[in-house]
Amino acid sequence: MSSVLFDVPGPRARTRQRIGTVLVAALLVGIGYVVVRRLTEEQFTVENLDELFQPGNFEAIGEGLLGTVQAAAIAIVTSVLFGLVFAAMRLADNRLVGAVAWTVVEFFRAVPLLMLILIIFYSPVKDVMEDVGVPGDLGSLVLGLTLYNGAVLAEVFRAGVNAVPTGQAEAAYAVGMRKGQVLRLIQVPQAVRIMLPAIISQCVVILKDTSLGYVIIYDELLSQANNIGDFIGANLLTYVCIALIYVSINYSLSRVATWLEARTTRAARSSAQRVEGATGALTGG
Amino acid sequence: MGFLLDNLDVIVEGFAVTLQLLATAGIIAAVAGTLLACVRVSPVPPLRGVGTAYVNVFRNTPLLLVLLIMAFGLPEVGVSLQIDVGPLQYSNFETYASLGLGLYTAAFVCEALRSGINSVSSGQAEAARAVGMSFGQTLRLVVLPQAARSVVAPMASIYIALAKNTSVALGAGVAEATYEMRKLLNDNATERLVIFIGFALGYIAIVAVISLVANVLERRLVVLR
Repeated sequence: MSSVLFDVPGPRARTRQRIGTVLVAALLVGIGYVVVRRLTEEQFTVENLDELFQPGNFEAIGEGLLGTVQAAAIAIVTSVLFGLVFAAMRLADNRLVGAVAWTVVEFFRAVPLLMLILIIFYSPVKDVMEDVGVPGDLGSLVLGLTLYNGAVLAEVFRAGVNAVPTGQAEAAYAVGMRKGQVLRLIQVPQAVRIMLPAIISQCVVILKDTSLGYVIIYDELLSQANNIGDFIGANLLTYVCIALIYVSINYSLSRVATWLEARTTRAARSSAQRVEGATGALTGG
Repeated sequence: MGFLLDNLDVIVEGFAVTLQLLATAGIIAAVAGTLLACVRVSPVPPLRGVGTAYVNVFRNTPLLLVLLIMAFGLPEVGVSLQIDVGPLQYSNFETYASLGLGLYTAAFVCEALRSGINSVSSGQAEAARAVGMSFGQTLRLVVLPQAARSVVAPMASIYIALAKNTSVALGAGVAEATYEMRKLLNDNATERLVIFIGFALGYIAIVAVISLVANVLERRLVVLR
């Protein structure tokens, strides 16, 4: 608990803090003034703002947002499926199946996502996807996101199942359930409760990572921002506005995760530990 | 295999830049992240607010956007950061990318360290205060050393993520390993699988070294409580 690190500030400390805050704030305002002056010379001008807030641009940003949400939504579903399959394989009794799943999961976790997206974009896989009617850029982005985030989620799922106390599974075996039944009826329902915050945090990561579609010119929010920025000659201004959109969406999702986590911890009916692990939300991956 | 050996100089050059980004951004992230963690547990409410806002903004912005804002914003403000001191050679874009990567990763370092601080048993801080230490002394001499020991594993994950994230710098115009890979993929359509495997092995080696170092450190430093 951080509160034991210091005493509750008394009247003198509070006065000192206020003076310090005002001084530092004054200094920052000074620096900020210089920065803003320089930025308003070319980037943050009224004319640029005027050009940015044109109906056509809103349409373009809406289109970009649609592209982002579409890629993220598909990738979330496929990542969860990929994660489920490989978590099940790693939990299987068959050593060989476990080893294969381990190799696949560790490989995709160790390779940069951007590299995966690029190689898929340059590989025959893209042509195959285009043959069946999936746009190549969307397909490459989603497949890359799926391989990486699915691998991360597989580890989350495995850790979640392992976090359910062993007594639960033992009791189920004792009443005569098979392995599949134990997993499906006993372990997974309890594991989902502990894993839900981690899964939602990973959704934030997927949403953030759709911005890598920019590199393969998939029509998402960042690509649109780039087009608009180039067009009106104010990239920085446009990027900052787009950042606000990303932060508000992702921050809301993060709040949901935090709220769920608080709820799960409070109603800790299953005595399982909460799953942390190396999800992208904690590492920035 | 022969193809990779023929282009070894390009590959090595790319990974040299990747490692340079990793080292520079890693140091920036460690310093800034530690300061942020201290700020987030400090007794001054406005400071805590600033720390929380920083973490929330950087954690929820795509890294590529952070790098682009750095690369477009810093020159606009008039900051030029070309560094050329002996072995330290940074082009403008490399400095901006290092700074962006470092500041982005700092938010995650801060959160890991803060959870480490929270895991130090409260008796430690209480005892430090009981013998008359100030907040700074309590943090610096008693709490942070113990917190740092308990967060070796999460820190390793963060630095592995950073190593992989350096690839995003290609979007901000830095010629690191993934950039070189893309160039080779473009020029040699028949060797694409070999190229991918070669570069993937490079990244896997970096990741393996980081986790190895972390394992050694953890065995040496971990304290059983």
